[in-house]
Amino acid sequence: MSVKSNRLSAEEYLQNFEDIHPPFDSYDAAAIEANRCLFCYDAPCMKSCPTSIDIPKFIRQITTENLKGSAHTILSSNIMGAGCSKVCPVEKLCEGACVYNFLGETPIHIARLQRFSTEKAMENQWKLFERKKSNGHKVAVVGAGPAGLSCAHSLSREGIDVTVFEKESSGGGLMTYGIAAYKVTPEFCEDEVNYITSIGGIDIQYNKALGRDFSVSDLSEKYDAVFIGIGVGMARHLEIPGEHLEGVVDAIKFIYDIRTQEFSATPVGDKVAVIGMGMTAIDAATQAKRLGAQEVTIIYRRTQDEMPCTEHELNIAKLDGCHIVWLAAPKEIKGENGIVTQLVCDKMALGVPDSSGRRSPKPTGETFTIHVDMVIKATGQMPYEALISQNSLGHKNGKVTIGNDLKTSMKGVFAGGDCVNGGKEVVDAVQAGKDGAEAILKYLANLS
Amino acid sequence: MADISSNFLGIKSPNPFWLASAPPTDKMVNVLRAYEAGWGGVVWKTLGSQVKNVSSRYSSVDYGRHRMMGFNNIELISDRPLDINLKEIREVVRLFPDRAMIVSLMADNYREAWHELIMKCEDAGAMGFELNFGCPHGMTERGMGASVGQDPEIAKMVVEWVMEKATIPVITKLTPNVHSVVPTGRACVEAGTNGLSLINTIQSITGVDLDTLVPNPFVAGKSVYGGYCGPAVKPIALKMLTTIAQDPLTSGVPVSGIGGISSWKDAVEFMLLGATTVQVCTAAMNHGVRIVEDMCEGLSNWMDEKGYTKTTDFIGKSVQTITHWEDLDINYHHIAKINQDKCIHCGLCYIACEDTSHQAIDIQRGHPYNDYSVKDEECVGCNLCKLVCPVDDCITMEVHRVGPEYVNWKEYQKLGLPLNDH
Repeated sequence: MSVKSNRLSAEEYLQNFEDIHPPFDSYDAAAIEANRCLFCYDAPCMKSCPTSIDIPKFIRQITTENLKGSAHTILSSNIMGAGCSKVCPVEKLCEGACVYNFLGETPIHIARLQRFSTEKAMENQWKLFERKKSNGHKVAVVGAGPAGLSCAHSLSREGIDVTVFEKESSGGGLMTYGIAAYKVTPEFCEDEVNYITSIGGIDIQYNKALGRDFSVSDLSEKYDAVFIGIGVGMARHLEIPGEHLEGVVDAIKFIYDIRTQEFSATPVGDKVAVIGMGMTAIDAATQAKRLGAQEVTIIYRRTQDEMPCTEHELNIAKLDGCHIVWLAAPKEIKGENGIVTQLVCDKMALGVPDSSGRRSPKPTGETFTIHVDMVIKATGQMPYEALISQNSLGHKNGKVTIGNDLKTSMKGVFAGGDCVNGGKEVVDAVQAGKDGAEAILKYLANLS
Repeated sequence: MADISSNFLGIKSPNPFWLASAPPTDKMVNVLRAYEAGWGGVVWKTLGSQVKNVSSRYSSVDYGRHRMMGFNNIELISDRPLDINLKEIREVVRLFPDRAMIVSLMADNYREAWHELIMKCEDAGAMGFELNFGCPHGMTERGMGASVGQDPEIAKMVVEWVMEKATIPVITKLTPNVHSVVPTGRACVEAGTNGLSLINTIQSITGVDLDTLVPNPFVAGKSVYGGYCGPAVKPIALKMLTTIAQDPLTSGVPVSGIGGISSWKDAVEFMLLGATTVQVCTAAMNHGVRIVEDMCEGLSNWMDEKGYTKTTDFIGKSVQTITHWEDLDINYHHIAKINQDKCIHCGLCYIACEDTSHQAIDIQRGHPYNDYSVKDEECVGCNLCKLVCPVDDCITMEVHRVGPEYVNWKEYQKLGLPLNDH
């Protein structure tokens, strides 16, 4: 057993990481699906979208061959509508709410249709938004992820000059660095960022990290307003013995590596345990398998009823051959010569509901051990607590505190997305960026 | 099992489904395929005046992804030499003597031309004729087709010429490109036609190509009014058929119904409104002649279910239910009821009623699903909500008579009863 890279042939990597949700091949294919849509009034799908995309309208626009209008409908609510069509957990959002579910029929493939229209827009570089003439206001955005880009785009449309500071060398944030490679490619992410910024008035300064290269107060001095959209950081610690052993890795780091280098360059074990059952845990488990791991076991302390990932995601993991162990929590990681060899788990039982409303797991006293050479931690991400404290931003357990007006504790500084909510979907971050822009516009209007 | 055979003026066919005079009946190869598939008869594509056809010839109206909801053609009558057609008719009759062989005719506008054509076709084995007084494109420019059918006097004259010569049953096919088919129908019956068929196609433009800006079908940068048919015209055909079935004179002859018939259900509707046989074209051109299999089986099953043993048991049965508006019962009132167990919360009933009708549906906003219910006192019973609802039987119309007795508009006025106050 060992952790090593370069396990597969180039063809195998290509096959394992190809697009998991193939697009419609033609207008005809999209139109057949689009014509199934009932065009609901006050549509449940739309109400279930955090960015409130007018889904019946954009689908109807596909049926009338008004693809430009369709893309505009999507992107005017969600500027990352193309990316969201690939990564949104639609089973618990729009498609989960589709009224066809009541008839026992397959819901409308909203995500695929959204992808169809938005990809057309990107391919053809349709200029769907006109930036108002520059009004002299300057706003700084920290983080070129979904929240930051969405905020920047909304502001630029209104004639604000926006400078975005990004610590990585590419934009897109979690989209680019934190999601399974078979959902979005780095090229797509780059194209999407370029398409968003093609409106003009958005200057992205790459490799500029908050805390290292500048502080929030630096920005406050130079800009009329600041939006913080820095997301969250590495995976939560397990706080168990053996966590320091070689072979224990962070899911975020593991996915980051896959996304930033050749597939063959990311090492993976023969026998891998993944701790957690969120989207990131699934992404880590399936990609470990696809990188050539022999055995992948996902360990979750509750049951399927409480799991945070969708059933669709769970099925991807199952189809990839991942083992699932419910009601098990890591107790200790054992190793030899500083390298992981075993994971000891408590068998759990569900007790009374906790603060999240889910029944909380309690150890039964029984344990079991599995032999592993790699443990991937995916039990949620930690906010950048130190960074936020250093910058004198009010926070609660590292999550930036904001008021109803989206203002932080600092004057003229707004925040939104994962750094505020602790980690939600891309689509939630896009909405937070839109809301942030609206709050900033209101703030700027009162200044002048 | 029900007997679905037909007897139209003595012309027998194993079922009431004939292929209409059109491209599918232009050649022996097509007709043999149709007979092998089970069609009860054909009306051979119109023979007569010499023509040449153009390219292209057809266009359609699609709805959603449904192709050919409406279909349009600018094809003229048979452009093949008469001798070949007659030879093929003779051969088809020899191979399938149990099927109805009607030949459609459109001779040049003089008596001898009609007489000569009639003799030749009878000699070839035709069992009946259908006079094409309906073709609305091309032939009309020569004073033929619909030009004949649009003028009862001319139609009467031509039927008289035909009746002088024909020894087999004559059916006259009526054009719908008139305010009413009854005057021409009556003229033809007075002139002696043995039967009628309707409708022929309706003059139309199916659409304009938004790139070339030329209407369809495109012929070297130009187009022409075509003849419209297919499912879209069925309601118009049913209405015209009923007017023929209601007229004391025209109701005396058997009718072959035509116009957008695609299924056994469509056929039954035509028969209920007076058709003895039905003719089909667009549906076969859309799907092939194999559609007749289900038409026969469906008709037979429906008849068994309803207890009809032969088609004449129900032909014309619905005619008497079409009345005058002024005779409708004003005291009849029904209101919509939404079955909450079947409702899928699409809101289509609500928005249709709210935006365009009587604001009679109440909405309870929820996330993400709203609930909808009918405000009984506001509902006028228009059916709109039921029609837009995508779930069968989710919205039903429940009878709540205003009064027990029958009151029509004329009596209502006499009684000085109140008008709506909202």
